[in-house]
Amino acid sequence: MIEAHELTKRYGDKTAVDGLGFVVRPGTVTGFLGPNGAGKSTTMRMIVGLDAPTSGSVTVNGKRYAQHSAPLQEVGALLEAKSIHPGRSAYHHINALALSHGIPRRRVEEVIELTGLQSVARKRAGAFSLGMGQRLGIAAALLGDPATVMLDEPVNGLDPEGVLWIRNLLTGLAAEGRTVFVSSHLMSEMALVADHLIVVGRGRLLADTTVKDLVRAAGGDTVRVATADPARLREVLAGPGVEITGEAGTEELQVVGMTARAIGYKAAEHGIPLFELSDRTVSLEQAFMDLTRDAVEYHGTIGIDTTGKAA
Amino acid sequence: MTTATTTQPPASASVEPARPPYKVTGGRVLRSEWAKLWTLRSTWITLGLGLLFLVAFGLIASARYKSAITSGDHMDADFARSTSVSLSLFGTNFAQLALGVLGVLVTAGEYSTGMIRSTLAAVPRRLPVLWSKAAVFGVVALVISTVGAFVTFLFGSGIVSGTPAAMTISHAGVVRALFGAGLYLGLVGVIGTALGALLRSVAGGISVLVATLMLIPGLVSLLPNAWADHISPYLPAAAGQSMFAVYRDAHTLSPTAGLLVFLIWTALALAGAAWRLVRTDA
Repeated sequence: MIEAHELTKRYGDKTAVDGLGFVVRPGTVTGFLGPNGAGKSTTMRMIVGLDAPTSGSVTVNGKRYAQHSAPLQEVGALLEAKSIHPGRSAYHHINALALSHGIPRRRVEEVIELTGLQSVARKRAGAFSLGMGQRLGIAAALLGDPATVMLDEPVNGLDPEGVLWIRNLLTGLAAEGRTVFVSSHLMSEMALVADHLIVVGRGRLLADTTVKDLVRAAGGDTVRVATADPARLREVLAGPGVEITGEAGTEELQVVGMTARAIGYKAAEHGIPLFELSDRTVSLEQAFMDLTRDAVEYHGTIGIDTTGKAA
Repeated sequence: MTTATTTQPPASASVEPARPPYKVTGGRVLRSEWAKLWTLRSTWITLGLGLLFLVAFGLIASARYKSAITSGDHMDADFARSTSVSLSLFGTNFAQLALGVLGVLVTAGEYSTGMIRSTLAAVPRRLPVLWSKAAVFGVVALVISTVGAFVTFLFGSGIVSGTPAAMTISHAGVVRALFGAGLYLGLVGVIGTALGALLRSVAGGISVLVATLMLIPGLVSLLPNAWADHISPYLPAAAGQSMFAVYRDAHTLSPTAGLLVFLIWTALALAGAAWRLVRTDA
């Protein structure tokens, strides 16, 4: 359980995190989503006390992280970049962390096995590939058998097999009743593992919602229909709970609140020929982009139309 | 009776499964830092170099003195006034660099690599990390330097026996000077760790260390004599050196006063390091 309250972090006159408040609950995977520079890493660093909040507070299982007598048992964190000494072997890195908590050597070997690092555990960690480095970071995060697991961009730089491994790991940890908090700037990745989403942009909370609700709010389940006589089709389809939009002068209509199947039947019943009838499910990516459009820190100069139409 | 007990679920099943009683303690942080020190190759290399400098340069200085005496070569006044202790401890100038640099690496190395994030996530109270690093490395440097000083004296005093510099280990102040040299180098190690933690940069830490131990004494000699005489004995390097001098000059501190002054410098460096560690984001 992570609780943030009015969490704010300023660096000089730049506000990285701005009055952020959220609760991350146990038993589910909570995605922490936002464009680059949204304040995700800073928030995570404040959770484990590496950065001190300018104002506000964040607690883990009811206490500030530093107040716990065995911090690694409360939160296991994988933070950005490599948090290792490249000259030390994977085994010795984990063991040094274990010694600070009195975690037995058996557990050190366990997490090394769990992350599949046995064959390289005695090698200098500096020579590890990006994927191995991530695995080592995750081994360190799981070391204390923590109630909360917090991973910052865990799939960055992983091959497909590694990505799949992380996904299974995260859902497995949540199923064990742990709090799992994962940041990403990739909505598509989050959609596969996260149940709950906390979306931030420019340090502010944009949404605290579930994946389903986010899609619904972004206008998912729209049906696109084209016909020679849109005005007549409108009349036919009109009814309670049905919302029809369409630009004047085009043959196209967008219908919300009816399935494509029902529209097809209705049109056939009234003898209206249809040229096109398709479900336009809003992708999560789209929903995310709509939500964060105004909060993107660095806009590209080349116009990319996110709706997929030509710009 | 039996129904009453069966309807009640066993207490242990209703609570979370027992979690192992992990806990961060001062002793464990110390053990962790001890393990961290010895699992890096740079530690072994730099300590080896420090010991080599201490022993080799001491013996070379002794041999050089002996050959100058026997051949009747001209020696400058300082060198002519050498004792077997000062000759044997000639290498401290070089060993202090190796040990001080390693001290800087122990702390600043964690910042330059990113290891500090793991370290402080495990020990978020932070200060125990600094105390442990300083203690572990200080003691290691102290032990190695003390052994090195005694070994060098053992052979060095053999080389210069029969010359005016000769002194045996039973001579007044010799044992104290050798222990003083070990203590000095141990404290240089502590100052190194403090500077590394204060500046969070290997290059910065080493620069300040070298400046403090080697450059500032030279700069102070540019001051008018009346000032320099009052300032220079209290500078870290001079105060430290009086800890392992057998004879006292007019303008140096007594060994005890030297130790005291050097301890104050060490404490200042540690205080600065502690302040930065607690006050600024990692």
